[in-house]
Amino acid sequence: MIFLNYFISGISLGSIYAIIALGYTMVYGIAKMLNFAHGDVIMVGAYVCFYAVSRYEFPPFVGVILAMFVCTVLGMLVERLAYKPLRQAPSLAVLITAIGMSYFLQNTALLLWSSNPKVFPSIVGRGAFKLFEGKLSVSHITALTISACVVIMIVLSLFISKTRLGKAMRACSEDKGAAQLMGINVNATISLTFAIGSGLAAVAGALLCSAYPTLMPTTGALPGIKAFTAAVFGGIGSIPGAFLGGLMLGVIEIFAKAYISSQLSDAVVFAVLIIVLLVKPAGLLGKQAQEKV
Amino acid sequence: MRKVLVSMLLVLAVSSCAFGAAFKLGGTAPLTGGAAIYGMAAMRGAQIAVDEINAMGGDVKFELRYEDDTHDAEKAVNAYNALKDWGMQLSLGSVTSKPCEATAAENFADRIFALTPSASSAAVTEGKDNVFQMCFVDPNQGTASAQYIGGKGFAKKVAVIWKNDDVYSKGIRDTFVETAPKFGLEVVSETTFADGNDNDFSVQLTEAQTNGAELVFLPMYYQPASLILAQAKAMDYAPKWFGVDGMDGILTMEGFDKSLAEGVMLLTPFNSDATDARTKNFVAEYQKRHGEIPNQFAADGYDCVYAYCQALTQAKATADMSAEELCAKMIEQFTTMTFNGVTGENVRWAANGEVTKDPKGMVIKDGAYVGLD
Amino acid sequence: MTMRRLINLKRVEARRIYLTYAVVIAAYVICQVMSSTKFLSSSMRGMLVPICAYMVMSVSLNLVVGISGELSLGHAGFMSVGAFSGVASAILMQGVITNAPVRLALAMIVAAVFAAFAGFVIGIPVLRLKGDYLAIVTLAFGEIIKSLLNNFYFGMDSQGLHFSMLTDTTRLLKGGRLIIRGPMGISGIQKIATFPAGFILLMIALMVVFNLVNSRSGRAFMAIRDDRIAAESIGLDITKYKMMAFVTSAALAGAAGALFAMNYSTIVANKFDFNTSILILVFVVLGGQGNMLGGIIAAAVLTILPEKLRQFSDYRMLLYAIILIVMMLATNNDEIKNFLNRINPFRRKEAE
Repeated sequence: MIFLNYFISGISLGSIYAIIALGYTMVYGIAKMLNFAHGDVIMVGAYVCFYAVSRYEFPPFVGVILAMFVCTVLGMLVERLAYKPLRQAPSLAVLITAIGMSYFLQNTALLLWSSNPKVFPSIVGRGAFKLFEGKLSVSHITALTISACVVIMIVLSLFISKTRLGKAMRACSEDKGAAQLMGINVNATISLTFAIGSGLAAVAGALLCSAYPTLMPTTGALPGIKAFTAAVFGGIGSIPGAFLGGLMLGVIEIFAKAYISSQLSDAVVFAVLIIVLLVKPAGLLGKQAQEKV
Repeated sequence: MRKVLVSMLLVLAVSSCAFGAAFKLGGTAPLTGGAAIYGMAAMRGAQIAVDEINAMGGDVKFELRYEDDTHDAEKAVNAYNALKDWGMQLSLGSVTSKPCEATAAENFADRIFALTPSASSAAVTEGKDNVFQMCFVDPNQGTASAQYIGGKGFAKKVAVIWKNDDVYSKGIRDTFVETAPKFGLEVVSETTFADGNDNDFSVQLTEAQTNGAELVFLPMYYQPASLILAQAKAMDYAPKWFGVDGMDGILTMEGFDKSLAEGVMLLTPFNSDATDARTKNFVAEYQKRHGEIPNQFAADGYDCVYAYCQALTQAKATADMSAEELCAKMIEQFTTMTFNGVTGENVRWAANGEVTKDPKGMVIKDGAYVGLD
Repeated sequence: MTMRRLINLKRVEARRIYLTYAVVIAAYVICQVMSSTKFLSSSMRGMLVPICAYMVMSVSLNLVVGISGELSLGHAGFMSVGAFSGVASAILMQGVITNAPVRLALAMIVAAVFAAFAGFVIGIPVLRLKGDYLAIVTLAFGEIIKSLLNNFYFGMDSQGLHFSMLTDTTRLLKGGRLIIRGPMGISGIQKIATFPAGFILLMIALMVVFNLVNSRSGRAFMAIRDDRIAAESIGLDITKYKMMAFVTSAALAGAAGALFAMNYSTIVANKFDFNTSILILVFVVLGGQGNMLGGIIAAAVLTILPEKLRQFSDYRMLLYAIILIVMMLATNNDEIKNFLNRINPFRRKEAE
């Protein structure tokens, strides 16, 4: 039974990684850039939600929507100011700019909201579903995170494969130049990608801080890196891959803590990642890129 | 922008009126990054003390300057050097342990006296005659906690959860685990966390629970502790909790459900609910300025400045003395004087720089600290 | 025609190399003179050694990122291996070799060897991957090194050396010294790193890298970077060359780590985390990939910048972030670059 409990802890941690990883992978898939500021957009989303719910006493869902709105605008703004001018630049330059953006957001948050940790009010309360006479419990927030993950994953997949805008995104992802020739507004499409990715980040922020309720300007940074790892694990660019990668990363982390050593759990997680990538160099569900001669 | 201008003007005004008669007091602290909570608190506490002392108009006046070290030894040495260029005569060391080990070595080489508010690892003062601490040294906290828990018979079986990449946590854990058997305690479970996996504590708590720990010892700061308390509640695990001075501050977290901390015990030198005039005045002033209850770091920063004030007055030191002259005088004073502050009465220092003061056993009852004894 | 172009190319390349040496030597002489005449502030003087260490890191990473074309996000890991092995060996040698510069040199060599070994072991799996996957695996190794060092204990007593993992089970005899103490790292380090030593290390790093780049192997690196398949088809042993660049780079990073660590009295594994790896990558990218001098200058500028921003107190790191973003935009956006070229008379000449 303890094993099952650990498994559920792993799933709930993993679902948080998964929801962050979805945003990462979405932006990577289309804009082909590692947006290291994603974790910090999550933090901003969480703060907005915190202030809306805790200070101004809006109902939680209003807080989340407000956060989504702010983050969407923020994401588009960041893209317009910092990433768009570098569309033709080497990808490393964009990566560094994204890191600069991450510092910028963290330090702005530090000035605006101070370094004191805040305790985030859960958006669904602290209850849990009890199974098997209470031996097994799944907290409401875990249930919500997993359902949110699945819903988002399905909606995103449908959006990308079925809608016109989604097709435009895929076209941009394949070949920006050709997409432009086909009359697709590449800039607008990438902007839209950032908008969606950042909106997701706000949801992820609210869920992350509901599950692990402390909020600081650095809250998003480390989960961001873990989620990035999860996205690569599942095959970066692949939406189901991010989901799977996130869940697996969470489960591996918890099992490593429980059955190997809590001191070395991070080393174990990363070692598993390396092994997976050696066996499947493009991640679990990633596409093996064809080499052009 | 306006805030910058105003603060610049203020700095100008303060420095010009204090010019010539003030001791230049400098310290490094994490003012940005993940550890900024501690640095900001210590700096604000020290600033209040400086303002109060300057307003009293006595012989001793201070000019205080804090530089950001982002909780990093390299940046701390840079910050220390910047303070040296500014003309620092007396140092407040660094707020966190590792950076302070680095700056303390500089203090020793440059013969600038240092009194750190909160850098608590033993290596900070080791082998340096002019570096003193305002807080307990980590190993002592570990022993004191084991003694307290065993001596009062709170539990026989204890679990320890500590932070595996943190000097402070590790320092306390080491002596706690080492001395626990002496006080009739059995450590039944020992688990860790580190930066990056400090969100989920289900494994650590389950281990403690299945091994039958009656008490969980948490040598860590209050932010992860708040997560542990919340997660234990969610899994209906209700052992006794015992924290150290880093736990202080948990009640002041905005939005914290104080019922989670009900019954948590901790050893801390500072109690913001104490009723003596000194503490009341400090807490009120801090709240007025920053809208928060001061934590132990703020109190240590505050006490450091007052300790300096007392030592300088007794030594009849003047602000035109060189750092080296002051250093010799301060060593003499600090090894002989007794100090009363908000973090303790009858505080004394040993020649190796370690402080002796009585840790107060506290328990959280109805969302407030109550003395355990 | 092609021959002449090649010769011209070589001449430009050679000029660039001499320019790099000249700038480094000139900067060293100026700093030494200023330092001895007390013209340099304590703040600047204190940064000389770390700047040298970061410059070496920048050169070392440039070999992987700029010349060999692989993105590494875990370079601080090698610095860490070098820092810990170098400092530990310096402490072990304390009683035997009393001459500090000699001890420092030996410690840096030990550090380079250990880091090179780590580079080799890590290189085997890493170099089989490509692009972002390679990057994430280097990140993973950086984190693993940090995590292992945080749980590593190493001490010495009259019976010899003792190691342990996870908990301290070395049980040293009386008079022994626990050198590496898990998360507490190493304390009480003798600060024997000096600016001249840093300068010499930087010169050595430059010589190693320039010689390598302008050798047969170096041309192979670049051929592989520019077109892997074509390089493979003419029979270049890709893994061998990549490994060569990777191991050399790791060795230099290790020596830099030892230099860096011995400038402070204490060192912890957490210092060499993801953020430090990124910082070094920023030097390389900002200086221009493959451009050693650019990377060196970027290392100096980005180390000094946060110190010079101290007067802005609370806004310091915010300004740092803004300046970083603006610098990236200015050096990488075509419109801005063209604009800068137009107003810069030197550049125009070179472009012609």
